[in-house]
Amino acid sequence: MEKLIEQFSLGLFVWQLILFIGLVLLLKKFAWKPILNAVNEREEGIKNALDEAENARKEMQNLTADNERILKEARAERDILLKEAREMKEGMIADAKEEAKIQATKVIEQAQATIQAEKQAAIAEIKNQVAELSLSIAEKVVRGELSDKAKQTKLVEDMLKEVTL
Amino acid sequence: MHRNNIVKLLTLLLLTVTISVKAQHDTHNETPVEDAHSGKDIKTEIKEYINHHLLDSYDFTLFSYTNDAGEHKYIGAPLPVILWDGGLQVFSSSKFNHGETVAEVNGNYYKVYHNKIYKTDAEGTISYDEAHHPTNAKPLDFSITKNVVFIFLVGLLMLFMFSKMAKNYKKSAVPTGLGRLLEPIILYIRDDIAIPNIGKKHYKRYMSYLLTIFFFVWIINLLGLTPLGVNVTNNIAVTLALALMTYFITTFSGNKDYWKHIFWMPGVPTLMKIILAPIELLGTFIKPFSLMIRLYANITAGHIVLMSIIGLMFIFKNWIGSPLSFGLAFALSLLELLVAALQAYIFTMLSALYFGSAVEEHDHH
Repeated sequence: MEKLIEQFSLGLFVWQLILFIGLVLLLKKFAWKPILNAVNEREEGIKNALDEAENARKEMQNLTADNERILKEARAERDILLKEAREMKEGMIADAKEEAKIQATKVIEQAQATIQAEKQAAIAEIKNQVAELSLSIAEKVVRGELSDKAKQTKLVEDMLKEVTL
Repeated sequence: MHRNNIVKLLTLLLLTVTISVKAQHDTHNETPVEDAHSGKDIKTEIKEYINHHLLDSYDFTLFSYTNDAGEHKYIGAPLPVILWDGGLQVFSSSKFNHGETVAEVNGNYYKVYHNKIYKTDAEGTISYDEAHHPTNAKPLDFSITKNVVFIFLVGLLMLFMFSKMAKNYKKSAVPTGLGRLLEPIILYIRDDIAIPNIGKKHYKRYMSYLLTIFFFVWIINLLGLTPLGVNVTNNIAVTLALALMTYFITTFSGNKDYWKHIFWMPGVPTLMKIILAPIELLGTFIKPFSLMIRLYANITAGHIVLMSIIGLMFIFKNWIGSPLSFGLAFALSLLELLVAALQAYIFTMLSALYFGSAVEEHDHH
């Protein structure tokens, strides 16, 4: 201990204090602050970049999930649309068939009615014609027969035989 | 533990060597090897050389030798001596001729005795008291000694190194060159020393001090191991200055809780509080004191052992001496490399711990 006190040099102590404090202050200004700041900035940068990458990854995942969901929805919608379209088509065809059938029946009925009417008309016409013809024959016969009494009766009888209705 | 074992081993080896040297002396009945110049035997000379190496010096001497004519020659440069002796006295240390002559400045005479400057008369007479301590007046000494020069050079080196590193960050966020080596250490100090001990809230205030002290102690310890061998941290003045700074920073950043835990420890009976207060107060001084002694003692011990082992080479003049000495010195140098970093780490770590206790916020429920 005595040796230590004897060895102690005030000059060296004072110089060491001055030089060391000076060194701390100078290094603080020119070295430690810029170095620590740069390191901090870099670490922050790395951390941010990692965070961003993670976020981007999550977003990407979300996007993919969204895409898939949308695709699924779209598919489902398309299926529904297609189904609807098919149903509609089938409905339309069925309707059209029905309509056509009704229309056809109507046409057929009308045609039959017309045919019937025409037939009736033709029959009536024929009847008229026959009547007129009969009358004119009858008139002629009557005129010829009327000259000969026997003949007249015979004619009338023949005529009547001929005419069948 | 590991260190202790190695120290024990070394002590054992040293003992064996001493015994064998004695045996050698006995068998051959040799006279101790005399030094031509001073007449001291070589063991004393080595001891003195080690002591001298551990001390500060007024010259920047790289090495010295004795030439054929028996004169000591020194290779190095003189440094300015600054004294306050009723006025500022500045002169070159070459006036002392390495402690061999009396320096005359403005009518005052100064002499270096045991590495301290004393005021003397023209002949350089030094009078002693009973305990063989000089009674001459000691002027206030603020000389730029070898250690001051070295501290300054290390400061410049650090300033150059780290400001260059800081500039590199402006160019790219990734460290380049030396920064690649230094950045992990800086981050280690931040993440494993400052933040766990001080806490995330306050650590930023202390980073500059912690980083500076770590690199300062480490670099200066490492350079002390180079052949240049300028020891700075084995001066109690240097470690005292460092420890005092830690003490003052701790004391001035102490919050209410810190002082409360010292003077009025919560959660113990009143009688205990009264007993604990002086102990805790003493503790605040002992903590930096231990910092001072630890660094000083570790580095000093390392250098003494290392130089003693190298000194063995000169004592132990046979075929086994040099390889043994070399092997031991090499192993110890490796250990000292570790110690250099370890002491810097411990100093920084404990400083951070003390700062942490000063700013810690306790929750009392």
